[in-house]
Amino acid sequence: MALLRFLKPKNQLEEGGRAAAPVQQDDGEPEKTCPNCRKDIPLSRLWANDLVCPCGYHFRMKARQRVRMIADRGSFHELFTGVRSENPLNFPGYHDKLETVRAASGEEEAVICGTAAIGKQKCCLFVMESYFMMGSMGSAVGEKITSLFEYAIRHHLPVVGFTVSGGARMQEGLLSLMQMAKTSAAVKRHSDAGLLYVAVLTDPTTGGVTASFAMEADVILAEPGAMVGFAGARVVEQTTRKSLPAGFQRAEFVLDHGFVDSIVPRGEQKTYLAELLRLHDRGSKG
Amino acid sequence: MSVSAYQRVKMARDNSRPTGLDYIRNLFQGFLEFHGDRRYGDDPAIVGGVAWLGETPVTVIAMEKGHTVKERARRSFGSPNPEGYRKALRLMKQAEKFGRPVICFVDTSGAFCGVGAEERGQGQAIAENLLELSTLCVPVLSILIGEGGSGGALALAVADRVWMLQNAVYSVISPEGCASILWKDAQKAEAAAASLRLTAEDVKSLGVVERVLSEKDLGKPEFYDRLRVLLAEELDALAKEPDLIGSRYQRFRRLGVPGGAKEQP
Repeated sequence: MALLRFLKPKNQLEEGGRAAAPVQQDDGEPEKTCPNCRKDIPLSRLWANDLVCPCGYHFRMKARQRVRMIADRGSFHELFTGVRSENPLNFPGYHDKLETVRAASGEEEAVICGTAAIGKQKCCLFVMESYFMMGSMGSAVGEKITSLFEYAIRHHLPVVGFTVSGGARMQEGLLSLMQMAKTSAAVKRHSDAGLLYVAVLTDPTTGGVTASFAMEADVILAEPGAMVGFAGARVVEQTTRKSLPAGFQRAEFVLDHGFVDSIVPRGEQKTYLAELLRLHDRGSKG
Repeated sequence: MSVSAYQRVKMARDNSRPTGLDYIRNLFQGFLEFHGDRRYGDDPAIVGGVAWLGETPVTVIAMEKGHTVKERARRSFGSPNPEGYRKALRLMKQAEKFGRPVICFVDTSGAFCGVGAEERGQGQAIAENLLELSTLCVPVLSILIGEGGSGGALALAVADRVWMLQNAVYSVISPEGCASILWKDAQKAEAAAASLRLTAEDVKSLGVVERVLSEKDLGKPEFYDRLRVLLAEELDALAKEPDLIGSRYQRFRRLGVPGGAKEQP
């Protein structure tokens, strides 16, 4: 199964910002084929189960859906909604790409930030969006995440963050790279203020996000099967010209090598996070 | 200037350019090299230790590509493994303890790409350097002397001052990588190089470096004499900085602030 997961083909439904029409059966309801168990799962069943296949495979999830799953009902208040990437380098094609992705995803940027309650525990929450240029980090993503940690410092709040990213957004060149330093410095200030930061790494978390705030949390969790690494597996394979070990860069592999604290399936995340927040809430005694 | 961005990339990669160790040997006296990360190993792609800059003890850390074929292979062509970044951090923490300024020389096409590097946490190693450097309480000055390749370069460049050689380049991705991802054609590297704004002048105009260093007499004693004077002056100025860590925070905080970012609830 590990090998199957590793070889999982690119899921058309999950690529880019466009959600392809699901397979419509002649007389049944729409289904989606699980890339792990290969079974066709009715969409209604997947949605009822937070996009987790009965075999345990975690499909990618839109950021707003994840906010609904994690935050107590009605508790999420979004911040920094006006922060959106421009085209600071006048990079060819970037302006149009942004317009297309915004229209297709309904999002302004590749991260949603705000305050929320998780199991009645107040926190700052950020959720990255795979449907927006695969969660790539440009100036706006860096600015929003930095601003959220600064907000959390001012309001003495813990931060919970869900990462998904292909890495730094190359269309913003060096300014994207600098977001790694900018966000890291904000994480450090938040940490030095004695506040908790929990990261949940989802599929895929790579490149400049792995090499900055994803790996800087006090507690680092991962979703089952999530790809977590710095260099992409394909790049490693092409560069080294060697076959990769089974399960390379999957969450389980990264756990075995000591870089995440625990793997938490989607259905258990809310309870787990609420308990973590309670454990670190100095105002409460259980 | 008539030199294209991609020609600059090739110049930055040129084997005959002075490498990190050339700078260390020519700028400082009495360099003592310290090895190892105290965790796993010693990475020859990063060289570090203590030396004298005039009368001042300093910690120096350099990425080293090597000059000969054999040495370049031994040093992974200047692409550090996690151990290299962890060694660098160990030496920075040592500098902090003893109140020494840190001077870094950056020259890498990027962090080493391999199974072992991933297994030993390449991303975590870089992340930890960015995190810890942001509050290191001694002055840090980084000089990009050749290639500044992405996160692998940034891990030694979260500094109070970042300088850059005239023909060095600094980029989020190699032009070849950018062209092959965006346009599925590595041959379009020239166009990518121009679009990425990676030359020293461009990088300075983006506010990412404070100073572009002339390459007049590059590698000659006159070149190093000039640079040594600049370094000493800058370290003097940084020693008088009242809020070093606060200024360093703001230095990076203001980079890449897009529209709509005024909201401060």
